[in-house]
Amino acid sequence: MSTLEKTETKESQKTTAASQLTGSQAVLEALIHEGVDTVFGYPGGAIMPIYDALYDYNDRLKHILVRHEQGGIHAAQGYARTSGRVGVAFATSGPGATNLVTGLADAMIDSNPIVCITGQVFASLLGTDAFQETDVINITSPVTKWSYQVTEASEIPTALAKAFYVASTGRPGPVLIDITKNAQIELFDYLGYEKCTHIRSYRPAPIVRKEYIEKAAEVINSAKKPFVLFGQGIILGKAEQEFRSFIEKGGFPSATTVMGLSALETDHPLHVGMLGMHGNYAPNVMTNECDVLIAVGMRFDDRVTGRLDKYAKQAKVIHLDIDPAEIDKNVKTTVPVWGDCKETLPLLTELIKKGDHADWLQQFRDLEKEEIKEVIQDELHPKGDILTMGEVVNVLNELTGGNAIITTDVGQHQMIACRYAKFNQSKSNVTSGGLGTMGFGLPAAIGAWYGAPDRDVVAIIGDGGFQMTLQELGTIMQFGAKVKILILNNQFLGMVRQWQQLFNDKRYSFVNITSPDFVAVAKGYYIDGNKVSERKDLREALETMLNHDSSYLLEVMVGKENNVFPMVAQGTSVSEIRLK
Amino acid sequence: MEKQEFTITIYTENSIGMIGRISNIFSRRKINIESLNTSPSEVEGIHRFTILISEGEEVVRKLCRQIEKQVEVLKAYFNTNEELIWQEQALYKVPADVVNEKVYVERLLRQYGANVVVIRPDYIVFETAGHREEIDRLTQELTKYGLIEFVRGARIAIIKDSAGFHAKLKQFEREEPAPDIVENEFLDQQDQVFTM
Repeated sequence: MSTLEKTETKESQKTTAASQLTGSQAVLEALIHEGVDTVFGYPGGAIMPIYDALYDYNDRLKHILVRHEQGGIHAAQGYARTSGRVGVAFATSGPGATNLVTGLADAMIDSNPIVCITGQVFASLLGTDAFQETDVINITSPVTKWSYQVTEASEIPTALAKAFYVASTGRPGPVLIDITKNAQIELFDYLGYEKCTHIRSYRPAPIVRKEYIEKAAEVINSAKKPFVLFGQGIILGKAEQEFRSFIEKGGFPSATTVMGLSALETDHPLHVGMLGMHGNYAPNVMTNECDVLIAVGMRFDDRVTGRLDKYAKQAKVIHLDIDPAEIDKNVKTTVPVWGDCKETLPLLTELIKKGDHADWLQQFRDLEKEEIKEVIQDELHPKGDILTMGEVVNVLNELTGGNAIITTDVGQHQMIACRYAKFNQSKSNVTSGGLGTMGFGLPAAIGAWYGAPDRDVVAIIGDGGFQMTLQELGTIMQFGAKVKILILNNQFLGMVRQWQQLFNDKRYSFVNITSPDFVAVAKGYYIDGNKVSERKDLREALETMLNHDSSYLLEVMVGKENNVFPMVAQGTSVSEIRLK
Repeated sequence: MEKQEFTITIYTENSIGMIGRISNIFSRRKINIESLNTSPSEVEGIHRFTILISEGEEVVRKLCRQIEKQVEVLKAYFNTNEELIWQEQALYKVPADVVNEKVYVERLLRQYGANVVVIRPDYIVFETAGHREEIDRLTQELTKYGLIEFVRGARIAIIKDSAGFHAKLKQFEREEPAPDIVENEFLDQQDQVFTM
């Protein structure tokens, strides 16, 4: 309680005069004042008062009844990722709350702004092993940016104001507010909703220090072979334009992380591809060739760096990040530039020389040609009869023009989609990057559509991951999210199978997964669908899927034992990336 | 990097669950906390954690950044023993007859600056404060004379160079915390270290 009282707010934002509200009404008032239009949730005993109040707010708040709380929070993540706003999920106590945990962990590692509201047993029953009681605050503490248990109705406005502020500012993250049932029911004197603008113990962004920027510019200006790595920080900071100006002025070849995809359009002349284990050949190799490495809004995940003691050792490293804990966490920095990149990038752009590194950029293009020859050509235009995942994504690109939102699940299809999907605009790639959560793709697509209902949303999902959360077809059926589901079925848990093939002597241990008739399953949910396994049918089938006026499921049978290459094998250096 | 004792001093809001959030940061990395003390600080409403661990400096710096990332943490400092004045407190329960009869025990207690807290016909409770080794030595000695019960408090420490937290807190409240000057900010592997 004491910390909530210290939350400072602006007087001018007071909205209504004192009136009596229940805690539940105060929750919904808070959501409306925070501009929330869609909530993903699932009711249950301990959150019933909030659902009762929701009955009267139906005209102002859209509630999407998911089929499992994990689906609810993944949908909220999808919503946050495509809308740039806070995603909200409701769940009841006990199992409802524990079902959120995977999504919280996913949102935490991928920095998604999420507010979860969970019901809790009456405050008087806390600690008594009451029905559906679970200690959700402690269970979720490592996977939330902040969490708080409300036990009195009067705490609700300040707790939620703080929740939205913490979730959406600085490096975003998930916040969980656990509200005991008595607090939902109690009446209290509601003094209006005041948005939170400052918490004394919380610094959303470090203070920008000019001297660091000057030093960084100096290092960049001395570079012969500068190389920019960009991550989701660009998207979260809404700094796409600032980033483009920066790399264009300097003429820097720029490569993206999985999470940074779509921050810069795929076709940009300075975009040299994706980093990491299954990223492109050139950016991985050139990481160990460049003289100055400029990392913007990315966190040097182990899947990006490969073996750390052989990572960019020759380079001076400039790291721009809003989170001070990221600086020097994995890769030692020559000059750290702390701060919001929306603020720091323009300052840096002003100080750097106009540059043209055509010869250097050409080296990337030369390596790219090698990758096209060794990998991409066969993946996108295979000679054999069997369809590849890459060619499906390629035809999809041609049909969407790169304007669609692509959500993916996790595994081979994810890497193929990230490698080959074309993105023309930001906030178009929704994938579980850090946590690698199978089952993410379908519910995330539902949320992605609610976050950007005017855009095409294609959920590319494998046959394994789809079976983890396919119950969300029920959500699509009931509420009509226009999600196009593209299942790339290789009849295997493909990524694990690939590793077993490459590293475990092809000992295929429990990666052979059988599937139901997915089209029939969709039909059971009154969702139209089709299945293709031949090249001649592919384009038309994809066209039909995209042009369908509601949700649609297309299953494409692809090669069973195709591998994703290039690959930086675990424990090797990025420059040891293998093309086959 | 060689492990050594570091004392981490953390200023936090006085809210429920802070110990859990902070201790999670250590346990997640399988780092053992040797001692942990939490108490009100010199500033009203602000709590002070004092945590003793044995780790390399780089690990400790990263830990402190993760700790500071917690929404309700204001600041985390880490110091080596040289930069601190620290104490641990201990209480000893010794059979009364031993103290009464053995002159050596009385001398020992006096030598270690132990003070009597309670005298009862059957036992006497002493307290002392000092560095860990001193307390360890006294404990060892008293064990020979039928030490009934012994408890040691966590390390508490004062940072020699600290001017206290009052001024810093005002900065936080005014939304204008001064940027920190951290000495080893530039860890360039090519030794082209940029210092300010």
